[in-house]
Amino acid sequence: MKSSLSDRLAILSDAAKYDASCSSSGAGKRDSAATKGLGSTGNGICHAYTPDGRCISLLKILLTNFCIYDCAYCINRSSSNVQRARFTADEVIWLTLEFYRRNYIEGLFLSSGIIRSSDDTMAQMVRVARELREVHNFRGYIHLKTIPNASPGLLAEAGLYADRLSINVEMPTERGLADYAPQKQASEIRHAMGEMRTRIDAGKDRTLAGRAAPRFAPGGQSTQMIVGADTATDRDILSSSSSLYTGYRLRRVYYSAFSPIPDASAILPVKAPPLLREHRLYQADWLFRFYGFQFSEITAASPDGMLDLALDPKLAWALANREQFPVDLNRASREMLLRVPGLGVRSVNAIVTARRHRRLRLEDLAKLNVSLRKVKPFLHAVGWSPVQLADQQNIRQLFLPQPQQLTLF
Amino acid sequence: MVYGFTLPDNTNFQEWRVLARQCFLAGLAPENIEWRSTKAEVSLFDAPLKGPEPKEDAAQPVLRNTCLALLKSVLRHSDQGRFDLAYRILWRAQAEPALASIPVDPDIARALRMMHQVRRDAHKMEAFLRFREQGEGSGGRRQFLAWFEPDHYILQTVAPFFTRRFTDMDWVILTPKGSIAWNGQQCAISRNPCDKPDVTDDVDLLWQTYYVSIFNPARIKTKAMRSEMPRKYWKNLPETQLIPQMLAQAGARVEAMAAQQPQEPPLFHKKLQDRYKNKIKSIP
Ligand code: SF4
Repeated sequence: MKSSLSDRLAILSDAAKYDASCSSSGAGKRDSAATKGLGSTGNGICHAYTPDGRCISLLKILLTNFCIYDCAYCINRSSSNVQRARFTADEVIWLTLEFYRRNYIEGLFLSSGIIRSSDDTMAQMVRVARELREVHNFRGYIHLKTIPNASPGLLAEAGLYADRLSINVEMPTERGLADYAPQKQASEIRHAMGEMRTRIDAGKDRTLAGRAAPRFAPGGQSTQMIVGADTATDRDILSSSSSLYTGYRLRRVYYSAFSPIPDASAILPVKAPPLLREHRLYQADWLFRFYGFQFSEITAASPDGMLDLALDPKLAWALANREQFPVDLNRASREMLLRVPGLGVRSVNAIVTARRHRRLRLEDLAKLNVSLRKVKPFLHAVGWSPVQLADQQNIRQLFLPQPQQLTLF
Repeated sequence: MVYGFTLPDNTNFQEWRVLARQCFLAGLAPENIEWRSTKAEVSLFDAPLKGPEPKEDAAQPVLRNTCLALLKSVLRHSDQGRFDLAYRILWRAQAEPALASIPVDPDIARALRMMHQVRRDAHKMEAFLRFREQGEGSGGRRQFLAWFEPDHYILQTVAPFFTRRFTDMDWVILTPKGSIAWNGQQCAISRNPCDKPDVTDDVDLLWQTYYVSIFNPARIKTKAMRSEMPRKYWKNLPETQLIPQMLAQAGARVEAMAAQQPQEPPLFHKKLQDRYKNKIKSIP
């Protein structure tokens, strides 16, 4: 008997939740003012938050959770006893449109287990995207997970309708992939990402005749790595990110702390890594994307290749490079101000504008919602010069979060 | 003598601008005007206090665009002191044309904070408003209704977002600060306060199913959730009533996962594995 739509929605969204990617950005601005249809894209709105702290921006579901592969970390692997279900393409289309009309979501993130063959699965997914665009005049966000080895024709069609495409590299190292996803080949995944990069770049160009090239996933590609299932260190993970961002021009790399799943494979670690580790990796990623840091700098000072769990990576970097501080609030370059712990991109921009008009005092920063306590040791300003950090012993102790006071019971 | 105006709370920028110009052209310094706001949203300008008389030879006030944009957004804020603050910035900016670019100035810092709050309010409205279906409207178009409680006067700001996104359906958004209605051709914005309608939609049940299923019970980060989706929005969201129950069950679900013994893989897995091994063997 076929279970109800609601039951299958429960199974197929449960199966999709281990993919951390949810962003609906990068598609640029478009809307339905001229086409009189449904949907627009812009900055990528989070329409709800779940108690796990994650945002819901897209309807994130699998077409099916049947899979002929057996990746150890995955709830859908063929050896798992989870309940199986599948949607028809029409059901996915219906859910997307009805959810969208009620303003629950920005669009669809469709992924799938691999059934029969890669092409077969990919063709179903492409059909969903095509009909949303062409039959239903839908201009919201579409993210498709591409299936490695799918034929180039299908990939081109996917890029025509989707805003973003992704393939998960899954494991930070080839070794990890071989151990945990024996049927997947690191080389195939990299090849597919390279192929997509070429198409995405070409999609932005003009042809020789000056016509625009066919559209191809203008929101770029993203990927995900699972953290803590294998023995890869943060340095391994971040150096992999580095090559993904620079070599394949990925828009986003997601880090997903390996999470316990029902009916887990016996080769997985029993314990999940601390969520804080994932958080630190995202902070490091953020420093790379918005603060001008190189990944190698961030992990340079760490003896075991792991980020400091007690200190955020920017503060840890500043302490390891304390001879570069304090910097002058009124004279330091924008790049250097961005490296000051406690200053964000927004406050740095405000500082750079404000100091064209007047010399700044430390207290002025309080008006920009900057925590003076945090920035004080790293800045010179009118009327303020801190103790040289380099002269202090056991500096890390000073910056550790204070332990909670114990109360007598 | 202190001049002043009593303004309805929903006074908009254009209306305030007329009065502010009047004061400016009369040469009134900020400390000599009292801007009173009535919380009751009475019809506009029932009984303004007597305004000042402009002087004949007064110079016109001028503002840079960034400053103008800042004042517009300050006027959308519901802070009672906004008229006063906006006039003071207008006044000071005549002698300090770059004023709006000095975020550490106390007036500008406050105005920027208000701008930020207005922007966030608009953003949250775009995120957390929910349409509920009301049956068919004109010419077979589907009809939806939404209720939202914004903190600030942002209907003008958010209307284009909704008309450009939900173009092929008819809808009405009701709020305590007014309403927006769209019929595919025209967008009508009113400042008349509305009451909360009683509406339900069956698709909310599917959405709740999704909300519960996409949640990972092995990660609990309620602080992150509440900072992005503060409790004040919960009462109008169809999904948030499930949160207590989701949290209550999370611990047991995680324990059950940990306690689960490895099981025999399903039959089709064995078949697949055999096929896979044969394939590897057959590669020379
Ligand atoms: S191929 Fe994808 S869905 Fe299938 S087991 Fe591997 S990770 Fe899971």
